Amino acid sequence: MESKRLLRAYNSCPVGLRDIPLVSISEFRETLIRNVAQGARLAALFGRPHEPNTLRVLAVLARGSEGTLFIVETEVSDCYPALTVDCPQAHWFEREVAEQWGVRPEGHPWLKPIRFHHSYRLGRDAWARAATEVIQPSMTDFFQMAGEEVHEVAVGPVHAGIIEPGHFRFQCHGENVYHLEISLGYQHRGVERAMIGGPNHRSAHYMETLAGDTSIGHMTAYCQAMEALTGYTVPGRAHVLRAVALELERLANHTGDIGALAGDVGYLPTAAHCGRLRGDFLNLTALLCGNRFGRGFVRPGGVVFDLDTNQAGILLDRIGRIYQNVTTAVDLLWKTPSVVARFEKTGRLPRETCEELGLVGPAARACGIERDVRYEFPSGTYTLSHIPVATGETGDVFARAYVRWLEIQRSVAFIQEQLEMLPCGPIRVGTGDLPPERLVVSLVEGWRGEICHVALTDAQGHFAHYKVVDPSFHNWMGLAMALRDQQISDFPLCNKSFNLSYCGHDL
Amino acid sequence: MLKELVARWKLGYGTIPFPAKEPILPDRYRGCPVVDAARCPGQCRVCAEVCPTGAVKVSADGLHLDLGRCLFCGECETACPVNAIRFSREYRMSARRRQDLVLSGTGMATAQALDAQMKRPLGRALRLRQVNAGGCNACEADTNVLTTVVFDLGRFGIQFVASPRHADGILVTGPVTENMKPALIKTYEAVPTPKIVIAVGACAIAGGPYAGHKEVHDGVESILPVDLYIPGCPPHPIVILDGLLRLLGCIGK
Repeated sequence: MESKRLLRAYNSCPVGLRDIPLVSISEFRETLIRNVAQGARLAALFGRPHEPNTLRVLAVLARGSEGTLFIVETEVSDCYPALTVDCPQAHWFEREVAEQWGVRPEGHPWLKPIRFHHSYRLGRDAWARAATEVIQPSMTDFFQMAGEEVHEVAVGPVHAGIIEPGHFRFQCHGENVYHLEISLGYQHRGVERAMIGGPNHRSAHYMETLAGDTSIGHMTAYCQAMEALTGYTVPGRAHVLRAVALELERLANHTGDIGALAGDVGYLPTAAHCGRLRGDFLNLTALLCGNRFGRGFVRPGGVVFDLDTNQAGILLDRIGRIYQNVTTAVDLLWKTPSVVARFEKTGRLPRETCEELGLVGPAARACGIERDVRYEFPSGTYTLSHIPVATGETGDVFARAYVRWLEIQRSVAFIQEQLEMLPCGPIRVGTGDLPPERLVVSLVEGWRGEICHVALTDAQGHFAHYKVVDPSFHNWMGLAMALRDQQISDFPLCNKSFNLSYCGHDL
Repeated sequence: MLKELVARWKLGYGTIPFPAKEPILPDRYRGCPVVDAARCPGQCRVCAEVCPTGAVKVSADGLHLDLGRCLFCGECETACPVNAIRFSREYRMSARRRQDLVLSGTGMATAQALDAQMKRPLGRALRLRQVNAGGCNACEADTNVLTTVVFDLGRFGIQFVASPRHADGILVTGPVTENMKPALIKTYEAVPTPKIVIAVGACAIAGGPYAGHKEVHDGVESILPVDLYIPGCPPHPIVILDGLLRLLGCIGK
């Protein structure tokens, strides 16, 4: 690993803003392309305004095998040669930089907005749109296929079920999908911009509602960043309780996903049971803090609610029973050949594509890639207690479902182990003011995959920039690729096997 | 088939007896806040200062808490030195009128049933189209959960449908982002008259934590007339179910 012109950092260990090497755009490109080719992954790439006419583009590279992060920065003005052509992992990030800051990555193969809002820099727009022009979501060019009997199917933003809004364009020939293009941005609420100048009373609530089904995951990432910046040590008991909540979040969502996958192939027994059992896991989170999504449980400095011996016993007792029921419900799936046959070879994503796009979470692990923040960049309790990484091989719907099932088993075992030896002591310490001009990268393995928060402070110790990379940001393109050469009727199944967040992406 | 029956037997019957019996809520559940305005000396305003959404106001005529803005975080309860705000375990807190959500210590007027003119076409079988207009997927998840065997929404004649053309109304979540505004309006227009609008969650009622952002419209009310408000962040499924059943006149008569 070339490290001369890269700043080495670790998960939740702050660095000085001035220590970040500022390199020329050619060196920046060359460094990123070479390191990614050598196995590093682009965890974050974003612009931050510097001088009125210049933009700094900051990259965070993650090298999982060493547990290290590398940070480097460059300066660009109106345009720069796109990274995407040589480093596909950058494709969505570069579209985001272009949209937010009006800088054109020249040569980007598909430079389109990702969230459909005006540029954050007045008078600059990557598509030369006027500041007065009304920007409408998905009003843009879509990749189109021509030919006899070729047809286009457009779906969304309002879908058939109770799900988040997004727009999907399929290029089909008969039932076969040749290409799927996904257009998002409907959920854009302006979270990142609202974080600037904070932290304030709303910061925690932004984090808990970034992606509501990942309240604990995003909130933990935020708290880790805050605690790392202020240098406060969170009590061990709080770390354990946070990990328990994070695994409960994983259990609820994975159980729900397996049920929904069963529903999508018309196998209703597992769908019905898992729909109910998902709620049972949510109720365990409510046992911790009163809210089924863990709102108000994790706060900077620790956690807000303690778990006494009696409550820990109740939790252990209930989780054991729920797990038994989940086993009964999920076993039905694996023992039903018609279900397994529908899962196998559907929505297959080759491992190489997965590596190239830098996918994360169960989608990556289903392709056989050992990528898990809890293992590669552990923080909190995960530095002491390890969860074996669950992987699949085939990269299809079956593998993504089975990885979830393996993770359910391991998360239950982890929670049981943690609650048996809950450390004594306080659950929260006070945190102070943020130090000036620091940067911290905070990683958490949410149930969808790697959650990456990058916080930068200004000279007064307020957030100068707050970058959120939800796992969905990496993975949406994976879903599009998985749909290639599939039947359009398999879209719901493939979509559910990824189950990505729209609001986590749209911010 | 046998293994499915065995599994069904092992897992047992999962539907809760609500509304015939009181629901079981978590011990730490934060339900409808109780405002004891008499306790508040009206000087410190610490509750208003800690509130992330401006739901708590202390003015010359006393202490007010707007349930529509409340995220149920409990910060005001913790901060208040005289216990003038306390979160109860009350789950019955949906309202038909926006002003009924502003609590001043005189109790709350919970939602009334639809009037006879609306109840006749909608009261026995209510079909709803859900529109997520910037919601974080928590309100959506706890709405969706009503269709599981635990709550079994179908037994009350309520169903979520795929097309607005088949719906009697829409159930909206989220603060209504600028980018979802056209789709929300089109969906509403596609629903045949008479129709109702239900706002679920702090975002849909008043913008939630996103109130004031230029990317959002601070709730449904600025765009469409709202017939039922269900507060929470997100509301517990029981709160939503209670609200829907009150609207249909199944409970609260």
